[in-house]
Amino acid sequence: MKRSTYIVMAVMALLFAVSWYFKAATYHGNVMSPLVAGFMITLAAFLTLAIISFVYQDNPFYKFAEHLFVGISAAFWMCQSFWSTIVGNLIPRISTGLSKYFGQPYRDEPWNFVYWLPVILGILLLLRLSSKIGWVSRWALAFIVGTTAGLSFIRYLRSDFMEQISSTMVPLLAAGNSGESLLSNITLSATGPFVAMLTNWVIFLGVICGIVYFFFSKEHTGLFGRASRVGIWILMITFGAAFGYTVMGRITLLVGRLTFLYKDWLGLIS
Amino acid sequence: MKRILLTTTFLLLLMGVASAQADSAAPSPPAPPTGVKAVDKPNDHGHAVNISWDMSPDDGKGANSVVTYDVFRWIPAYMDSVAQIRAGLSGIRDTINILDRANRKWSVLEEHLTGDSAKLANDSVVAAQRIPQLRADLKRFRQVLASAVERLPEAHKTYPENGSWRRVGTVPAGQGKYSNVGSKEYEEPDYLPDFSDFYYRVDAVGVVSTTRSSSEVSAPVHSSGQWFNTGRTTVLVFVLAFGFLTVLFVRKARAGHDLYVRPLAGIDAVDDAIGRATEMGRPILYLLGAGTAADIATIASFTILARVSKKVAEYQTTLIVPCYDPIVMSIAQDIVKTGYSDAGRPDAYKEDMVFFITQSQFAYVAAVNGIMIRDLPATNLYMGKFYAESLIFAETGALAGSIQIAGTDEVAQLPFFVVACDYTLIGEELFAASAYLGREPLLLGTLKAQDYAKAAVLLLAIVGLLAVNVGHEANVEWLMKFKELFKVID
Repeated sequence: MKRSTYIVMAVMALLFAVSWYFKAATYHGNVMSPLVAGFMITLAAFLTLAIISFVYQDNPFYKFAEHLFVGISAAFWMCQSFWSTIVGNLIPRISTGLSKYFGQPYRDEPWNFVYWLPVILGILLLLRLSSKIGWVSRWALAFIVGTTAGLSFIRYLRSDFMEQISSTMVPLLAAGNSGESLLSNITLSATGPFVAMLTNWVIFLGVICGIVYFFFSKEHTGLFGRASRVGIWILMITFGAAFGYTVMGRITLLVGRLTFLYKDWLGLIS
Repeated sequence: MKRILLTTTFLLLLMGVASAQADSAAPSPPAPPTGVKAVDKPNDHGHAVNISWDMSPDDGKGANSVVTYDVFRWIPAYMDSVAQIRAGLSGIRDTINILDRANRKWSVLEEHLTGDSAKLANDSVVAAQRIPQLRADLKRFRQVLASAVERLPEAHKTYPENGSWRRVGTVPAGQGKYSNVGSKEYEEPDYLPDFSDFYYRVDAVGVVSTTRSSSEVSAPVHSSGQWFNTGRTTVLVFVLAFGFLTVLFVRKARAGHDLYVRPLAGIDAVDDAIGRATEMGRPILYLLGAGTAADIATIASFTILARVSKKVAEYQTTLIVPCYDPIVMSIAQDIVKTGYSDAGRPDAYKEDMVFFITQSQFAYVAAVNGIMIRDLPATNLYMGKFYAESLIFAETGALAGSIQIAGTDEVAQLPFFVVACDYTLIGEELFAASAYLGREPLLLGTLKAQDYAKAAVLLLAIVGLLAVNVGHEANVEWLMKFKELFKVID
């Protein structure tokens, strides 16, 4: 490492220590000791800044935060899955001995093969560690992919196919369920029949042209091509609206982190 | 004396008149509901009955108005015996849990305790020795309960002897139906036995709960499960139609028919992007997203990965596949290995090409961003299910100067890929891509069947739209109800 790197790291360590001292000295809560509280807030601020530093370029602080985050989260999720799924849900249903060993209350339910199925599939998956019979793990994978694909097929058929058809059947000449004729009351009110009818036309044309765009068996030329172009325009307008909406959500996350830095760490805002 | 007697008589007479007036002011019960019908709840797994009735003529009218309808079921006394066995079973189960919990807690602390606490701990540990006996009792109770439950249909046949009416539900005035849904597990207190004679009656209840009038008793009804849910018939029709189309086009593709698929810019760019990476001597980063192996987008991504890994093996370029899900990683490893074998270069495959990072979303993002910046891949392929990480990936990739091709069916994330990537496969294009790349009959046939399904959607939407609009204008009810054909009832 260069000398400048050592200097930067020393400065950061010093800043960390100063922050720790001041946060511990100014801590008034009684949830934890001031020393621990000061350390936790300083560490959180340091890690936040380390991650944000990626905006400038890759650096050792980002690498440290990244590796810490990945390592802790991988270990955490492994433990979480083991204790909540296997120890918390499976073992109390299948074994008194193991329940006692892991300190879980045995559920005393009638024997049920369904609980043993994931055990068998899990063991099959682990067999991939063996070079000789590793191919057996494909059975478990095939089961997972096959069953879920089959279940998803029915779910999508209902939500994306049939619901789409019925939702497209909207009244184009009379708005809403009131049966009120369009010509009887033309207003630009958002709840008026004219806007409702306009919405129905957008739904109808949007669905038709959108589906035409996703038709792969025919070249998009002529009238078909024009409908496809309208379809992609409708998609892009939708994406634009979704983009703006989601970006606002992300700004909220940023505001959350900045609030932490300015309020909890630096104490600049009340 | 005579005066006192007369006064007393007069006062008594006055009290009698007042009492009579008070009696006449008490609300009279509303007229009873009529036509009570009980039928088995259709399209379910059993253990449920639908009850309907014609509302009381007094419902919503004047002082005798109905406030609620109480639904009663005749329950044989034998049901109480079963309930007692069930309560015994539940009690044993609770005792085992309490003793077990106490034992686990105190057996650890016993050595460190003194005085009353030590005695309590010792008592708990001693009491826990009863657990094996209690478990045996539990097993015995289960057998007794199972045989008792078997006799429930017989007990229901004794109506109207040896039983009583019990309220099973209440609905507010203005409603004329109720579903008596019970549990299918006989160890649950609300268990409702199938194939038993159920009798129902409905009471119209006035403002005062005691002012009520009972309907006639319904004809006996049995609850039972159905093998086929008629509310989903339309789904079955579409599944069969789609299955038929798929088989038809797969056979056509296998027979050598040329099935046209229009060019997809994003997919055409994949080969160029692999070539670019080879020329630059930099790796290709392939992300399968944050979905599981169960997601259709991930499954589509697997087929694209198969094609990419084969090409990568042919061009001898480096491939990096960091995974979010361990099951996805297992499948991806097999796919990449097969791709290298198909390209005739099994020796070039390395286990660490496809690796697991973490299942924490943003930790995964941090790690992949690090890879993008440090390894500087020439091409980034994002195919699968993506969530909030999509823009972070795409922005970092753009910063690293990589060619980026994305494909997802996650509508909320598509805008980010559209703005930050060079090519984006939108929704269905991702599924079409696998068929387009592989040109395998199975995938091509499925793609063609999908196109025909889309044509069916178009046709049905237009026909339905015409039906609804003509029905609306001409006031033809059956035309207006055309869209209900496509409503799925659970």
